[in-house]
Amino acid sequence: MKIDVRLNGRDTAWEAPAGATLLAVLRDGGPNPARMISVKRGCETGDCGACTVLLDGQPVNSCVVAAGRAHGHEVTTLEGLAADPLMISLQKALVDHAGVQCGYCSPGMLISLYHLLRECRAAGVRPDDHAIREALSGNLCRCTGYVKPVAAAAAVAAALEAVQAAAPGKGTVAS
Amino acid sequence: MTEVGRNVTKIDAFKLARGEPVFTDDVHPVGMLWAKVLGSPHAHARIVSVDATRALALPGVVDVAWHAQVKAIPHTRAGQSHPEPSPWDTVIMPEKARFIGDRVAVVVAEDLATAEKALGLIDVQYEVLPALTDMDEAHRRTDVLIHEVPDPRGIAEGGRSNVAARIDKQVGDVDAALKTCDHVVERTYWLPRVQASHIEPHVAISWLDEDGRLVVRTSTQVPFHLRRILARILEMKEADIRVIKPRVGGGFGDKQEMVMEDLVALMTLRTRRPVRLEFTRTEELICARVRHPQRIVMTTGVMNDGTIIANRMQVTADTGAYGSHALTVQGNTGQKVLPMYPCANIHFQVTCLYTNNPISGAFRGYGAPQGCFALECHIDEVAKVIGMDRLELRRKNHIRLGDTDPLSAKLGEGKEGLVRVIRSTGLEKAIELGCEAIGWGRKRPPSAPHLKRGLGMALAMQGSGIAGVDWGAATVKLNEDGSVNLAVGATDIGQGSDTVLAQICAQELGIRYEDVRVLSSDTDLTPFDVGAYASSTTYVSGGAVLKAARLVREQLAAMAAERWKCAVEEVRFGAGLVNAGPDRTMTVAELASHALYHVKVQPMATASHMSNESPPPFAAQFADVEVDPQTGEVFLRRFASAVDLGTPIHPDLAEGQIEGAVAQAIGYALFEEVIVDAGGRVRNPNFLDYKIASALDMPEMITILVPTQEPSGPFGAKAAGEVPIDGPAPAIVNAICDAVGVRAYRIPVTPERVWRQIKEAGE
Ligand code: FES
Ligand code: FES
Repeated sequence: MKIDVRLNGRDTAWEAPAGATLLAVLRDGGPNPARMISVKRGCETGDCGACTVLLDGQPVNSCVVAAGRAHGHEVTTLEGLAADPLMISLQKALVDHAGVQCGYCSPGMLISLYHLLRECRAAGVRPDDHAIREALSGNLCRCTGYVKPVAAAAAVAAALEAVQAAAPGKGTVAS
Repeated sequence: MTEVGRNVTKIDAFKLARGEPVFTDDVHPVGMLWAKVLGSPHAHARIVSVDATRALALPGVVDVAWHAQVKAIPHTRAGQSHPEPSPWDTVIMPEKARFIGDRVAVVVAEDLATAEKALGLIDVQYEVLPALTDMDEAHRRTDVLIHEVPDPRGIAEGGRSNVAARIDKQVGDVDAALKTCDHVVERTYWLPRVQASHIEPHVAISWLDEDGRLVVRTSTQVPFHLRRILARILEMKEADIRVIKPRVGGGFGDKQEMVMEDLVALMTLRTRRPVRLEFTRTEELICARVRHPQRIVMTTGVMNDGTIIANRMQVTADTGAYGSHALTVQGNTGQKVLPMYPCANIHFQVTCLYTNNPISGAFRGYGAPQGCFALECHIDEVAKVIGMDRLELRRKNHIRLGDTDPLSAKLGEGKEGLVRVIRSTGLEKAIELGCEAIGWGRKRPPSAPHLKRGLGMALAMQGSGIAGVDWGAATVKLNEDGSVNLAVGATDIGQGSDTVLAQICAQELGIRYEDVRVLSSDTDLTPFDVGAYASSTTYVSGGAVLKAARLVREQLAAMAAERWKCAVEEVRFGAGLVNAGPDRTMTVAELASHALYHVKVQPMATASHMSNESPPPFAAQFADVEVDPQTGEVFLRRFASAVDLGTPIHPDLAEGQIEGAVAQAIGYALFEEVIVDAGGRVRNPNFLDYKIASALDMPEMITILVPTQEPSGPFGAKAAGEVPIDGPAPAIVNAICDAVGVRAYRIPVTPERVWRQIKEAGE
């Protein structure tokens, strides 16, 4: 099966066996040269979030999405956000708050938090602790107990709000 | 102190946060084959014949191996120090399956889909045997033996029964003492089977290097033990095997076991090609390791004034199909727990049974969470019986500075050990701070009229490595620009040990943490270490780093003294500088350059460290819960941990250890259980049905570090990894009991169980 996808901002053609999951194509490579190894395999049942990617900007568990679903769509992995200022500030905050232990869940968590904060920025709201936990609820972490990752996200959210307060109107219009 | 005690940036954090290729499966060698294991569909069955003809005919299938083709060398996969205390009851490919999922055959193919398809094309004939899945039945029956091995080394009763391990140790005379007590309280507690559930599954890749040596890159906690075991069972020289541990996505004891490395190595040796094997989550929950399920009977003799006179703990445990850690986990259940309340009469008994259930093994806490649950629930029960405040009863009896721990001498690591004397404890302070944080004695009102509120507490202690057994080595090498390469066999599995060891090294050399680079766990390049288990890394491996850094400092001091023509004792180190008085100062870099280009000597040292002590870290943990008596639902509102882990080398990482341990223990208390039916089948082998804590399951967390100075630890440090997982389950259950007046003797405390108990109590 041939799949045309916009992967991390580039038009890409995949060759995938029928029934292959998006996770398998992204991570295992197979006939496709570039392995997106930030996309982790944790359960393959859509329950752990280690494989989270953005499909047309929405977070999905790539292990339960058929690769064919991506045909004609946009897929973004952590690799594709390496230069994104919001992602960079999230990564830095996660590191500074000691929210990375083994780090296996970190890419998935970061994608979920990135989506949350982008939505919140667009809506001009600051996510509270519960909203952050909701956004992370599909990303299982067995190491941290979530305390430090949540604190890291809250710190970035507060910084974003401060920026918006300094430049009212900016960032609250786009959606 | 500058580098120790500072929250430096965790050494690997950025590359992990960027999702860089650092884990075992992130890099695939060229020409790699994909392996899959055919697991037994029967809990107990002789494998009569295996016919792989159809599988081998499938295009893309390269090789299939089963017991008839693989030399059967008995060993244990437990991953412990030599001589291993676990029974040698295992071979690479067994001729008898002992649990559902036991290895029957292994396939390698050009891709994963083909390997999976090939499993269905292997024709196996089984002779089904009666399955023993109840530990009491396994104890009674001697007509069905799960292990009738020719060389039953280490099995308690030599393969004549299904008893895998027995312990019976006594200090004083409990029976006699009980007769003199005002009250004798006896209760029985049940502990479930739970799984470590590191998010990265077990995964290993092996290949032959350009010299034909076997390389195994694997998600392991014990690279050196693994090399030793592989060399023996594959009949190779250790020098011909290289084990590399890259970043590991969590281990928690489950990766102490050689769960799959022998299989990839076997298939690489057979095919001469790289081989990769990774467990699915379902395989993790069936074929990896679980915490030993136990039944614990506690009998305590106490006087009216609350003085505990005698304590007896009787443990019956299910080790499953193999005896990995059967003796030592159960030993810890008493050894790490009973010393909390020293008394003259202590009796500890264990019967650990083989069954045809999934294999039990090492999991963070290593027996102590089970024992701590029983003891700390029991203390609340004793307090109730004698009408004493449960905090006062604990304060009256708990272990104190200078106390000895007679049980540790009787137990050790499966053999007589060393007497332990408490030389540092922050337990009293931890109790005080924890009480204050949770508002002990000032119970908050329920948040809604239909809810009941309760507070509970538990005390816990663990160890710092295994006294007289665990040891590690480190190599410190100073470069000409003053930077340092630190090579350690110690195994960073996400807990941050590379970071902590770099801090210890920097502190001792008087340089910055940022100038230290760490290479950890490559059996070709780093010195030996037993690995990451038993809360040993900071305390034991940290001691080795400290010694190696001190040796390098002494080398530098001698060179500086020589250059300045002063006494070695005058030379001081700190803040990147070396000096001997005001006008004799140079940077470490200048001195290093002087060493390499003038003196022509490499400042470098390797040091080994072992401790004859295992100082316990202590924890006081507190739960604030609300219970809905109508539904049995438990809402854990707040959880406080006050933990004495000696000097925190990196406070944030230490807190992270506590928070993560508490999250795992909340699951143990409230919802985690690997459910195995009477036929030995796991009913919930996925993360939907085996639920672990998500961000929404967590209470408000209060984490307090209570620093102490442990004289035998590097810069006063003890251990952090395990002690905080012990107390949460009993603290939560004690809080539920405080709220609704009924006690759960069995965890997890599901809403149905609470509801049923409340209903029964009302009838
Ligand atoms: S691997 Fe996709 S959700 Fe777990
Ligand atoms: S940091 Fe290890 S799973 Fe989250």
